[in-house]
Amino acid sequence: MDTQDTKDPAAARPVLEGPDIARVLTRIAHEIVERAKGADDVVLLGIPTRGVFLARRLAEKLQEITGRKIPVGSLDITMYRDDLRMHPPRALARTEIPGDGIDGRLVVLVDDVLFSGRTIRAALDALNDIGRPRAVQLAVLVDRGHRELPIRADYVGKNLPTSLRETVKVQLTEEDGRDAVLLGAKPASA
Amino acid sequence: MSKILIRGAKVLGGEARDVLIDGETIEAVGTGLPAEGATVVEAGGKVLLPGLVDLHTHLREPGREDSETVLTGTRAAASGGYTAVFAMANTFPVADTAGVVEQVYRLGKESGYCDVQPIGAVTVGLEGKKLAELGAMHESAAGVTVFSDDGKCVDDAVMMRRALEYVKAFGGVVAQHAQEPRLTEGAQMNEGVVSAELGLGGWPAVAEESIIARDVLLAEHVGSRVHICHLSTAGSVEIVRWAKSRGIDVTAEVTPHHLLLTDELVRSYNPVYKVNPPLRTERDVMALREALADGTIDIVATDHAPHPHEDKDCEWAAAAMGMVGLETALSVVQQTMVETGLLTWEAVADRMSFKPAKIGRATGHGRPVSAGEPANLVLVDADYRGEVDPASFASRSRNTPYEGRELPGRVTHTWLRGRATLVDGKLA
Amino acid sequence: MMRHLISAADLSRDDAVLILDTAEEMARVADRPIKKLPALRGRTVVNLFFEDSTRTRISFEAAEKRLSADVINFAAKGSSVSKGESLKDTAQTLEAMGVDAVVIRHGASGAPYRLATSGWIDAAVINAGDGTHQHPTQALLDAFTMRRRLVGRDAGLGQDLAGKRITIVGDVLHSRVARSNVDLLHTLGAEVTLVAPPTLVPVGVERWPCEVSYDLDGVLSKSDAVMMLRVQRERMNAAFFPTEREYSRRYGLDGERMAKMPEHAIVMHPGPMVRGMEITAEVADSDRCTVVEQVANGVSIRMAVLYLLLGGNEPAVTHTRPTGSEEK
Repeated sequence: MDTQDTKDPAAARPVLEGPDIARVLTRIAHEIVERAKGADDVVLLGIPTRGVFLARRLAEKLQEITGRKIPVGSLDITMYRDDLRMHPPRALARTEIPGDGIDGRLVVLVDDVLFSGRTIRAALDALNDIGRPRAVQLAVLVDRGHRELPIRADYVGKNLPTSLRETVKVQLTEEDGRDAVLLGAKPASA
Repeated sequence: MSKILIRGAKVLGGEARDVLIDGETIEAVGTGLPAEGATVVEAGGKVLLPGLVDLHTHLREPGREDSETVLTGTRAAASGGYTAVFAMANTFPVADTAGVVEQVYRLGKESGYCDVQPIGAVTVGLEGKKLAELGAMHESAAGVTVFSDDGKCVDDAVMMRRALEYVKAFGGVVAQHAQEPRLTEGAQMNEGVVSAELGLGGWPAVAEESIIARDVLLAEHVGSRVHICHLSTAGSVEIVRWAKSRGIDVTAEVTPHHLLLTDELVRSYNPVYKVNPPLRTERDVMALREALADGTIDIVATDHAPHPHEDKDCEWAAAAMGMVGLETALSVVQQTMVETGLLTWEAVADRMSFKPAKIGRATGHGRPVSAGEPANLVLVDADYRGEVDPASFASRSRNTPYEGRELPGRVTHTWLRGRATLVDGKLA
Repeated sequence: MMRHLISAADLSRDDAVLILDTAEEMARVADRPIKKLPALRGRTVVNLFFEDSTRTRISFEAAEKRLSADVINFAAKGSSVSKGESLKDTAQTLEAMGVDAVVIRHGASGAPYRLATSGWIDAAVINAGDGTHQHPTQALLDAFTMRRRLVGRDAGLGQDLAGKRITIVGDVLHSRVARSNVDLLHTLGAEVTLVAPPTLVPVGVERWPCEVSYDLDGVLSKSDAVMMLRVQRERMNAAFFPTEREYSRRYGLDGERMAKMPEHAIVMHPGPMVRGMEITAEVADSDRCTVVEQVANGVSIRMAVLYLLLGGNEPAVTHTRPTGSEEK
């Protein structure tokens, strides 16, 4: 989330473009409805920054499908990170839990890229301090592999085999002015 | 005692001359003086001054031997180029009896590094309530002529008047620590812009100036002379200037630190800058320099105030007030007065030797560098530049505000009545 | 951010806004069933109080505990300001116990600065009020309260207090709250006016970045917030003002005066209030008075400061959100 990718974006190759992302999110929405049996008790929690935008887009799609408003919020995991002490303190992002809370509900965590799995572990800890969901599922736009923890996603937009020398960057209109998933080479000094 | 030939010294900063010492006196001053039978000191263009006289030194003995003793204090004095120091009375017990001043006087004699002239307290225990036996102290072996409650102000106007009158009988002088006590309750630093910001209790200039104004008027009224200790503000300068113009018999001293340092340094909250009277503003510093140059302020006095490390290694409010000064005084004066063109070396001799000796009636000190005079001399390497290293001090205390600061000049030799107390910067 | 928080004057505008923004997120924790965050797990914080201040101590303690820090309370009152060694010795004793941060309240101005710069200890130092010098977390919580009330809780995020007119009334001379607020509010772009009898304004105030007035009624209508400072009754005996009655009449805030303030303007007080002296009960209990809010906000602000100083491997530097993201 904090990767400052300053190298020439031209060198990064788009693997998903705007229409692809929209299509992928529609598919995930359908999968959620299917697996959650109508998504009656689903709460979407996006992980800042881009997971929040993805969660909101998913909520809209779910509403289109189910005709009901799906609770959507955000879950900041900054203070739960296992590398907190390895960097200067980060600015906090917003944790916004929808009005009815998460107790007894199906929480679907939404993030842009699934990589080591450490963010999701932190998110599970953060959830623990907020309530007790019936179940927790995970939706990601891209799964790039290289897991360091026993964590997997329930809904994956695109499985993207990568090497550790590569970077995956997600851009979303809300934050970056365009929708794209870019695959590039890691800067030498990173 | 053998002969010493100081060759090629700039006497009072003038042309290079040789100075021949025989025993306790200067035998001749001239050029090409014979070296036969004499130890030769090659001055190589260093400045030769009469031994410096400090009218305001705290030697701390008796009572606070953890911070200084007469021996360590006089060693510090010799290192700084002094051949006579006046020891302030605020010891434990207070030097308010003939017994205590004689003890200090005797310890000074025993040290052999510099003459020690005790100052007697004006009031018993410095309490401002009852006159001390000023006459007895004068008649004692110590022969006290300067009286001061320094550290405390003789704030009672009647007490001050009586003291000024009383010492006329034997030519004494009262040296006033000018500090109106009510205006300085809880005072921690100069009252002004910096104190407002730092939240430290203010020591307003008016607390000094109002006492000086009162005392010069009292001195005029009773026809006495009065000496003002460590004058620190531009306003005080104006008052003394006015008093002198009126013919009032007032003399005044300034410390080296008030000629150089300002209250801006207190922003560090480092108690090494805590002193009484406090460091003032740039404007005050400039006024003091000008006043020392034009003679409104008569002399430089160190207010050498040693304190043990623990009394400064704490928060500001808890720290003791004062700075050591004997070993840096001449360097600070060189920087602030000589190198700024305000004083010649000859004038430095006047402000740091001739005049203080005259005010304190220190016979044998503050004499011209000429044949037949006592050989109290100091040789200064004015070209030297170096950082102040407190570890090299002869004083028992290290509370100098100049640590690590580059100051010009270095005293290399000091002679007390022909006997070297400092040779090549090392105590003899 | 620097390693320590000694003076509100040390904060840049961006640092201050970051603290306020962080506090806004911290405030939300108070609404959760589990009011705890793991950010300072394994960190030890000592509250070293040389002066009594139950309010401030409890506020820091709550903040530390909500961030999961291990908390040691050390009431050093009585072990004395007069014997200077005690601060150094106490600090070194705590350091030897492996303390990561010292929250210090001390009667001597500059004691926290001295602690942070003297080389006595390595721990981070947070000033919880020193003499008549500074009380930076108080200024931060005051600014936080003002931003919430005058700009808005969400609308305020990322914002400072540009153009807000703040009036601080009372014993400025002896007030670390006033000093800290003048510094911080100026940094945040507010216009500050101090109102006090001339005896309670320090010599040297002319260099502060604020206005000074002796006339409370003249400034009320031009104030977005009016902060009343406590006036200790002892001051009366030191001739700072003739009587309590006269002080109240000239510088106290009552209902009539409050009515002169603009509709939106708030009344603040760092507490504890002396009702009937600088503030009447009518004003203290009104909706416009933020005293209770200030207390709640104090915990959020202190959480933010503790997190930003101690939460990472080094204090937070000016922080920018990343432009692209990648899970790490």
